[in-house]
Amino acid sequence: MLVVEGLTKRFAGLLAVNNASLSVAEGSITGLIGPNGAGKTTLFAMASGFLAPSAGRVLFTGEDITTEAPHRRARRGIARTFQIVKPFAGLSVRENIAVGAYLRHPQRAETLASATLIGERLGLGPQLDKPAASLTVAGRKRLEVARALATEPKLLLLDEVLAGLNPAEIRDILPLIRAIRDEGVTIFLIEHIMQAVMTLCETVHVLARGEIIAVGPPDMVCADPKVIEAYLGPGAAARLNAAEAPRA
Amino acid sequence: MTLRDVLPHLGFLFALAVVPYLGVSGPTLNFLIAVLIVALAAQGWNVLGGFGGQYSFGHAAFFGSGAYATAILQVQLGWGAWVGLGASLVVGAIVGLAIGFLSFRAGLRGSYFALVTLAFAEVLRIVANAAGFTGGAAGLLIRLQPGFENLQFADRRHFYLLVLGFVGVALILSRWLERSRFGAHLVAVRENEEAAKALGVDTLRVKLGAIALSAAITACSGCLYAQYYLYIDANVAYGTWISVEALLAPIVGGIGTAFGPLVGALALHGVGEATKLLAGGRPGLDLVVFGGCLILAIAFAPRGIAGLAARVLQSRSAAREGR
Repeated sequence: MLVVEGLTKRFAGLLAVNNASLSVAEGSITGLIGPNGAGKTTLFAMASGFLAPSAGRVLFTGEDITTEAPHRRARRGIARTFQIVKPFAGLSVRENIAVGAYLRHPQRAETLASATLIGERLGLGPQLDKPAASLTVAGRKRLEVARALATEPKLLLLDEVLAGLNPAEIRDILPLIRAIRDEGVTIFLIEHIMQAVMTLCETVHVLARGEIIAVGPPDMVCADPKVIEAYLGPGAAARLNAAEAPRA
Repeated sequence: MTLRDVLPHLGFLFALAVVPYLGVSGPTLNFLIAVLIVALAAQGWNVLGGFGGQYSFGHAAFFGSGAYATAILQVQLGWGAWVGLGASLVVGAIVGLAIGFLSFRAGLRGSYFALVTLAFAEVLRIVANAAGFTGGAAGLLIRLQPGFENLQFADRRHFYLLVLGFVGVALILSRWLERSRFGAHLVAVRENEEAAKALGVDTLRVKLGAIALSAAITACSGCLYAQYYLYIDANVAYGTWISVEALLAPIVGGIGTAFGPLVGALALHGVGEATKLLAGGRPGLDLVVFGGCLILAIAFAPRGIAGLAARVLQSRSAAREGR
């Protein structure tokens, strides 16, 4: 569904993403993990059109969309959420979702009906008429997802929607993400919370210092020495193995 | 949008339409016409500034272009006043698109956009003051020829109704913005441009549409001004006074609401006029009151009179439900 080929982003002297290639299979939940500053959000920004890559290509359903503006990608069916949530603070929750829903429904009545439905589904029912500024962190994260979902996407890019939530809130939202996928929306997510990545994702890509260093099912990737070293520093994998060896 | 959506607006317009037939004096009617012309300019500003969040400090550029378009066509080329009115709208929209294209494509927003619009208005003022076809510093005098075909009326009440008609169109247009997809997109751009883009909003196009509409409405106000006073010069048409008036009224009345600019213009000038009467000959006191109103509005009613009214209505219905 989404294919990224040799994507590179250079900010002056800093190489944020270096020749990264990956693909997201249709109907999958695919994860992108990596230590802080690895370039995950930069890669997302290039996939959704908010940043122009220095080199490389982005393909969506086989078509090259590397130079397309974000709103055109949204029309094609790519929706994204923002790690730093961006609610339309002055509007009500329903109106927030409606902006997304207007993409496929030009009529106000249909749009509002669709927004209400999606809001309720994401557990925002009681807050629909309240200003978005009054939502809690968890509420704002849900609103990000609701708005993106209202555009009726084929591919949903979720940038750390679980960050800042407490364990109970995470438990509530995980089945929701899976349900969205079961309805046919492909999901590509950045996440730090490993428990969530392990339970949700079928395939995980690991990005470290701008480069993809591992791909595979989550349990395999987590055992990969290269991945452990990327998180914990050089030599960490060997030390971990040594520490576990006597016990075994 | 159904009839029910605009019922209160039509009611308000009707009430305003009856006023001149209640035996008001000539000076009062004069005052009301001036207020409505300012209100129309403010309604134009509100489309871009209120709904779109792009604060222009230079709506004089559109007001003046509208005024000069009709005056030049009539005085220099001998065209009819109605053609001049149509030309004003078109010229206004084009000037708006040009300024919008240059500044929005460069990504200007906030105070940078405000300063650029101010600069454009000043450039136009200086050019109009120097050029020949604008009458230079002497300005342009439209010949007095009362008659419907010349958009001049022996009975001032008719001109009042004409201006009110345009104010009404702008009011319904603003109401449409509150209820339509284009309006929702415009408000989304105001609240967060990045998020709007992610939801499929072509933000550049939405902003250009808004500035064209905004400029055309304000240009219409400029045209009516020229048509009523039959004289303009660069300092009136492109003067800072109208840029300030156009943004004061919505801020006091309720920024980004359909009623805001109209209510704000009526309230501000009502208070201003009352001060002039009470203060007698002391000049400038009405301006002091203007400033005071602005400070009060920003401090205590950031959503203006319309926001205040909505809050009162809400707390009333909440109290009723409580019982």
